[in-house]
Amino acid sequence: MATAQAPEPGALEEAAQAIRQEGVVGALRVLGGTARDRFRQGELGAAPVTVALVVIWTYFQTQESVFLSGRNLSNLVLQISVTGTIAIGIVLVLLLGEIDLSVGSIAILCSAILGAAVVRNDWPWWAGILLMVLVGAAIGAFQGFWFAVIGVPAFVVTLAGLLGWQGVEQRVLGTEGTINVFESHISAITTSFLPHVWGWVLAIALAALYAFTHLQEQVRRRRAGLPSQPMVVVAVRAALTAALALFVVAILNGSLKNVWVFGDYDLGVPTAGVILLGLVIFFSWLTTRTRFGRYMYAVGGNAEAARRAGINVAHIRIYVFALCGMLAAIGGLIQTSRLGAASLAIDPGPVTLEAIAAAVIGGTSLFGGRGNVWSALLGALVIGSVANGLDLQTQPSYVKLMVEGAILLLAVTVDALARRGRAAAGR
Amino acid sequence: MVALVGDNGAGKSTLIKCIAGTHQPDEGTIFFDGKEVKIHTPSDATRLGIETVYQDLALCDNLDVVQNMFLGRESVARILPHIVEPLSELGMETRSLKVLGDLNVTTIGSVRTRVASLSGGQRQSVAISRAVMWNSKVVLLDEPTAALGVAQTAQVHALIKRLREQGLGVVVISHNIQEVFEVSDRIVVLRLGRRVATFTHQETTPEKVVAAIMGARAETAA
Repeated sequence: MATAQAPEPGALEEAAQAIRQEGVVGALRVLGGTARDRFRQGELGAAPVTVALVVIWTYFQTQESVFLSGRNLSNLVLQISVTGTIAIGIVLVLLLGEIDLSVGSIAILCSAILGAAVVRNDWPWWAGILLMVLVGAAIGAFQGFWFAVIGVPAFVVTLAGLLGWQGVEQRVLGTEGTINVFESHISAITTSFLPHVWGWVLAIALAALYAFTHLQEQVRRRRAGLPSQPMVVVAVRAALTAALALFVVAILNGSLKNVWVFGDYDLGVPTAGVILLGLVIFFSWLTTRTRFGRYMYAVGGNAEAARRAGINVAHIRIYVFALCGMLAAIGGLIQTSRLGAASLAIDPGPVTLEAIAAAVIGGTSLFGGRGNVWSALLGALVIGSVANGLDLQTQPSYVKLMVEGAILLLAVTVDALARRGRAAAGR
Repeated sequence: MVALVGDNGAGKSTLIKCIAGTHQPDEGTIFFDGKEVKIHTPSDATRLGIETVYQDLALCDNLDVVQNMFLGRESVARILPHIVEPLSELGMETRSLKVLGDLNVTTIGSVRTRVASLSGGQRQSVAISRAVMWNSKVVLLDEPTAALGVAQTAQVHALIKRLREQGLGVVVISHNIQEVFEVSDRIVVLRLGRRVATFTHQETTPEKVVAAIMGARAETAA
C-alpha cells in the first residue's frame, strides 16, 4: 500500500504549479502559456521584458506624474516608431544568427534619396517612397549576397555598409547638407492620428483577430485529438489582449480624460504607431506561420541541417537581409517625416545600436534561431520608455547613455545565461 | 540491409554524402532501381526516395520534433498559391504522431518539445523517423549509434530492424562489428575509397570482415 500513497510525479508537478500561480510567476505562466517549460529549456520569451517594462513604467510614474498621461504615451509611440521599425529587420537577421550594422546608414541614405526624389525632382510622394523602399531592399540584398554567396562575414559586410552608405548619403545630399521635406503625405505619417472611431475599430479588430485565431486553433486541435490548452487559459489570454487594446485606445482617444493620471489628451492613436503595429503583426505572421519563416529559424538554429533538408540557405539569407534593408528604409521614411528633413546632421550610429539593443532587450537571441518579431516592439518600448522618462526628469544625456548601456548589457547577459541553461538541459 | 564498413578515412561517409547529394562525386555513376541517375542536390536524392540520417545529427535544436520531421517539406494550405500559404501545423503534428507510433517510438513525451531537450537516442529516433516517412525506398544511416549509450543503442537497433520489416532498403555505416552482424544481411568493406570485399551475413565471420578492413586479405576476399 506504500506505493499507492506515494504522490505521483504528475500530481507533484500540478501542486507546484498551483503554488506558483499564487504569485506573479503564476500569473505570467498563464499569460505565457508554456512559459515554465520555455524557461526550463532556456526559452525566456517575452516574460523578462514584460516585467522590465512594468517596473520602468511604475518607477517613472512615481517620479513624474505625467509619464503615463495620454500625451506622453502618444509621444512615446512616435519616439519608438523609427527604432521599432528598424528593430523588426534586426530581429529577422538575428534569427539567422547574423547581425546588420548598416541599418542606420541605410535609413539615412534612403531618407536622402526620398528628399532628392520628392523635393528636388518633384516626384509624387508615393513614387519617392516606393523608390526608397526598393533601394533599401536592394542594398540589403546586395549585402546579403556578399555574405551568403561570397562568404564574407555579415558583421564585416555590414560594417563596410555602415561607412559606405553614409558616404553615399553625403554624396546625395551634396553641399547643402539638408533637404527639407514638408510634403503633406510624408509629414502625415507622424503628425496625423486615427479618427476616434477607427481607433476603436482597430482595437476591436485586433482583439477579435487574436481571440478567433487562438480559439480556432485550440478547437481544431481538440477535434484532431491533439493535446490542447484548457479553454479557460485561452479565454483569459484573449480577454487580457482585448482589455489591453481597448485600454490603450481609450487613453489615446481621450475617453479617460482627466481620469487618474491620463490627462486631457484626445488626439487619437498616432498613425506611425499603427504602421509599426501593422509591420510587427505582418512579420510575426511571416516568421511563425509560413515556410519562409520556418526556414529562417532552421538556418539560424543549424544551417547545415537546413541545407541537408534541401533548404536553399543562401536564398533565405539574401531575402532576410533584403527585408532588413527594406525595414531600415521604412524606418528612414518615418524619421524623415518626424524631422521634416533629410540631413547630414543625423548620426546613423545611435539608430543602429538602439535597434539592435531593442531586438536583444526584447528577448531575441544574439546566437540565432531564438526569438520573435514582437521583441522588436517590446524592446523599443523599453528603450523608448527609459529615454522618455529620463527626458521628463531633464537628466543630461550622459545619464541616458549610461542607463541604456546598462540595460543592453543586462539583456545580453540574460540571453547568454539562458543559452547556458539550454546547453545544460540539452545534454 | 547492407552494412558499409571500413577503417577511418576509407570513404564511407563520403560515399553516403555523394548518394545523398550533399557532396559532388568527382567521377563515377550512380545506379538506382537499375537506372543511371544524377544526384546534384539533397532534394534530387529525396525525389528518388533516398533518405539520409547523418552521423552528426542533422536536426535543428531550436525547432520542435514536428518542425524537424517536416523540415524542408512542410505541408501548407494554399489559400493564394505562392503568395499566402500558411503552414498546416495540425496535419503535420497528426502525421508525426502516427509515424512515431508506427515505429514504436514511445519515449518522446510531446512532439512539440524542442529537440534541444531530447536525449541522444530520442534525437536519433526522430532523425530516423523523419527519413522513413516520405515513401522512401532507401535509407542511409551514417553511424547511427556512434554517440549513444547501451540502452539507446538497443532502441535504435530495434528501430532499424523495423525499417527492414517494412520493406525498406537500409544502408548502415558502422565501426562496430557487433552492430554490423546484428542488423545487416550483406556487408561491404571499403578500403582507401574502393570496395575490397562483399560478404553475406551467414557466410562470414567477424574475423574475416576485420581482416578485410585491415587490408590483409583484400585480394582474395573480393
